[in-house]
Amino acid sequence: MILETIKSQKITFEQKVVALARLAEGSIEVLNKSDALKKYIEDGIICDLFEGNAPYRPRYIVPDYNVFMEQGSKFLNIEKPTNIWEAVHGLLILYKHVPSITTMPVYLGNIDYLLEPFIKDENEAYLAIKLFLKHIDSTITDSFCHANIGPKETKAGILILRAMRELELPTPNLTIKYTEETTDKISIEAIKTALVTAKPSFANDKMFREDFNGEYGIVSCYNGLKVGGGANTLVRVRLGALSKLANSKEEFLEKVLPEVSKEMLEYIDERSRFIIEESGFYESSFLIKEGLLEKEKFTGLFGFVGLAECVNNLLGATDKKERFGYSEEANNLALKIVETMHNIIANHKTKYAGEFFGNTHLLHSQVGIDTDRNESPGCRIPVGEEPEIFEHIVQSAPFHQYCPSGIGDIFVFDETYKSNPEAILDIIKGAFETNLRFFSLYSDTCDVVRVTGYLVKRSEIEKLDKGEQVLRDTTILGKGARDNAKALGRKLRSE
Amino acid sequence: MKLTGKINRIIKFSNVDGPGNRMAIFFQGCNFNCDYCHNPETINICKKCYACISKCPTSALLKNEMGNIVWNEKLCCECDECIKSCGFNSSPKVKEYSIDDLLESISKVKSFIKGITVSGGESTLHYKFITKLFIEVKKRWPNLTCFVDTNGGVNLQDENYREFVENTDSFMLDVKAWEKNEHLELTSKNVDIVIENLYFLRDIGKLFEVRSVVVSEKLNNKLTVESVSKAIGKKDIRYKIIKYRQFGVREEKKEKLFSPKDEELKELAKLAEENGVKNTLII
Repeated sequence: MILETIKSQKITFEQKVVALARLAEGSIEVLNKSDALKKYIEDGIICDLFEGNAPYRPRYIVPDYNVFMEQGSKFLNIEKPTNIWEAVHGLLILYKHVPSITTMPVYLGNIDYLLEPFIKDENEAYLAIKLFLKHIDSTITDSFCHANIGPKETKAGILILRAMRELELPTPNLTIKYTEETTDKISIEAIKTALVTAKPSFANDKMFREDFNGEYGIVSCYNGLKVGGGANTLVRVRLGALSKLANSKEEFLEKVLPEVSKEMLEYIDERSRFIIEESGFYESSFLIKEGLLEKEKFTGLFGFVGLAECVNNLLGATDKKERFGYSEEANNLALKIVETMHNIIANHKTKYAGEFFGNTHLLHSQVGIDTDRNESPGCRIPVGEEPEIFEHIVQSAPFHQYCPSGIGDIFVFDETYKSNPEAILDIIKGAFETNLRFFSLYSDTCDVVRVTGYLVKRSEIEKLDKGEQVLRDTTILGKGARDNAKALGRKLRSE
Repeated sequence: MKLTGKINRIIKFSNVDGPGNRMAIFFQGCNFNCDYCHNPETINICKKCYACISKCPTSALLKNEMGNIVWNEKLCCECDECIKSCGFNSSPKVKEYSIDDLLESISKVKSFIKGITVSGGESTLHYKFITKLFIEVKKRWPNLTCFVDTNGGVNLQDENYREFVENTDSFMLDVKAWEKNEHLELTSKNVDIVIENLYFLRDIGKLFEVRSVVVSEKLNNKLTVESVSKAIGKKDIRYKIIKYRQFGVREEKKEKLFSPKDEELKELAKLAEENGVKNTLII
């Protein structure tokens, strides 16, 4: 395996280095695992999403970049920036030193607010922003990297959206935090950009702000986390596969689900324990020492996929009218399952989740991985079975309250919406009023498309199809999700 | 008797029927009979010949005691065999709605839309019903706008339509041809009232957009676009220049209608802009 990785011509040098590090980490066993947990892992029911056997950094890190903009960094020998060039330069340096499970940063900050104080001459600022974005795309070669803008309209925000529309690059992913104070002007700019390059997504700012008691960041695919903190680990359960262990919905809710949840929570604790107590991350990282991160703002994520398959299996629902997304019985059972998990997590107090989170982990509607088959992302209706957009939003919304650390739906619009982006804004406003947490969109003509949460270029997947190297490792994941989960075959919304 | 409207179709979310996302309500029955009509099944009210009933593969159509055709939406497989079998440009899938029925439908989507648009068929033929509907909508949801999509075939300056026009926020008007005989041949109706409506709606500030469908060879598209754009130029009125497409057009009409090339559309749009139209859209 090591030699195979070294000799591969399909992956880049950087991808080889990361793969070799993973092999090294995977060669030791340092975590305590119960027999029951081992069995769940073997059967593919519980999965740690390739976090490895010996975690030495939190999975998702959400630095408070404001602290850096105020004080620079002693460790990196960077002074507080005084103009746009120093600002983007400083951030680009810092990003290279923000770890994550992929080795690359998953969160770049509210980049509009970070840059706004330095926007003097708009032409110069536009050039700086374009180079900044291009630099990120070419060096952070993993589109789990995510920037935020909003909720307030800024000059920087408008320039960022314009530049992204022009560049059509997959990285960084982008989310606009949307609330009533977000102007229609920047919202329309955002929609126009999304119809060209599949970003930004829209986050329901009010919901996130309440859940995180103030500042939060959208990171990786769509994960909400506390700024200045993050998530140590994300372990997930495949509900579709799990449902096959139960003979009835009662047995599933009362026995099977609580049992697997207990193992999951212990595993999340164990992984977090190793990072916190043994890896030395929280003692040695300059991000902690310089105040960009606080241990108390970290938690663990309890992820799940395949709610649709789980419910359909439990009800033996084959006819569309009986299935998740359509039947009231199926939707109610699904809500009951999510609520049950939510309650189990809320009652599990642990010293491995920070005080900020009341010492609990968070429920996360996970989008799946490239090798998943027969498991739809989180609470989503399976691709190919989507109802009309109105019914779709109303069906999805009740699930969003239970998943503070992330859940979302993706909608593909046809080209006619380019001449009426206001129509999409009306839909988003309604969706958020219905308490939808997160809304993603793109158009059927985009080269950059959203797979499950991250972004890839269709033209790059075509390169992979031909066996050529590609710069970004997420393109490889996108190809898998396209082939295994029809992830690019979503229902087209037209009228 | 309770006021009801014959409605062919409701689209909960539409992005082509006015500003923003709108609920579009399509009424049955039209006073024009355009050669290029894309929904010919909306032209006439069913005359109960029952030809469609036997053609329905899922038995979704039944004749009731009153002799009316009842459409069972749940059984319908949307194959449209009924519409294809109708020799009278009608549809058995038309439903009678009361004002309350429609208000309930609107209530479900009210947070997602900028307003409602009534269309057709020809919506103005149902102006009494629509006036009541608009009054109720405005009473309940003052932030929703009420738009009318019309072929301009009825005289909106007539006293009968005063309340209807007052309660409509804005109109979308088709000007299908400017030259008299051309309009008559295309639609079977005179163009005079349409043009009067164009000036009238423009002058009272209730014209959101004008649409002209461009058909090559058959129509003097240049004259139409030039005349319309001179009338609406300088005002904040959108002009939609629509490419004729065969989709949905009756078989027997297809052979005399030709789709224009994109260059022709671009030239027409340029002409409109030269005449002062700020917002021209080719679709």
